[in-house]
Amino acid sequence: MTIPLSWWLISATALFSIGLYGVLSNKNAIAILMGLELMLNAVNINLVAFGRHITPLEVTGQIFAIFVIAIAAAEAAVALAIIIAVYRQRTSINVEQLDSMRF
Amino acid sequence: MEPFVFFIFSILTLGGALGVVTTKNLYYAALFLIMSFSGMAGYFVLLDAGFLAAVQIVVYVGAIAVLILFAIMLSRKVMTRNEPLLNRQWGLGLATAAIFFFVMLAVPLNVKWPLSNEVSSGNELVQLGLAFLGSYVIPFEVVSILLLVALIGAIILARDTSDVEVE
Repeated sequence: MTIPLSWWLISATALFSIGLYGVLSNKNAIAILMGLELMLNAVNINLVAFGRHITPLEVTGQIFAIFVIAIAAAEAAVALAIIIAVYRQRTSINVEQLDSMRF
Repeated sequence: MEPFVFFIFSILTLGGALGVVTTKNLYYAALFLIMSFSGMAGYFVLLDAGFLAAVQIVVYVGAIAVLILFAIMLSRKVMTRNEPLLNRQWGLGLATAAIFFFVMLAVPLNVKWPLSNEVSSGNELVQLGLAFLGSYVIPFEVVSILLLVALIGAIILARDTSDVEVE
């Protein structure tokens, strides 16, 4: 038997919520980035599951998932470069201390 | 059989994700992230998306997780300094995530999707190639330029400028 669509959706929702908690409650910039990656992956699971169960003859869901993966890779590279630059200047990547642009 | 495999991959994916957000050691969090990404590759295999599973392993486990491990190593003083990783609003964050989960749960439990019983032909790699160089060729080229820009931008941002001679 194949897995029903709702199982995938519930699993992806749980994954997205875990990532959301990680983004909202961490103060280390790298930990926040890891939560973001989890959220992007949950979206990918949803896209592929919808594509598999609603339009199985087309690959549109997979194409969107591949674009999401490419953009997540670009985002991770730039974000980690920024984190390393910030760390070099301040020897800290605690986002609560990065408030020099606050009004 | 398939539900059993699904549960194993769910334990890998969700357990790894829980490990990422609950462990106190950032290095272990990155290793849990690798475990979670591997479980997701299994998900994609179950969803008849074998190519995507390979991409998941190569890009996420092979590139992004290793990049994160490098960043953790380069900012290691933060790791050894024994301070809590959670910020002051972590309770509110937990409440927000839990409310989001239970509200969104209503969608998979109640909505009737227009499901299709057709089975894919199994040549999804051919279809992907045709789509990328056919109807999706412009987004494909834009993404390649975006990756190039991100590559150059990351190098320029992370470069150590302290000992560069200014001409």
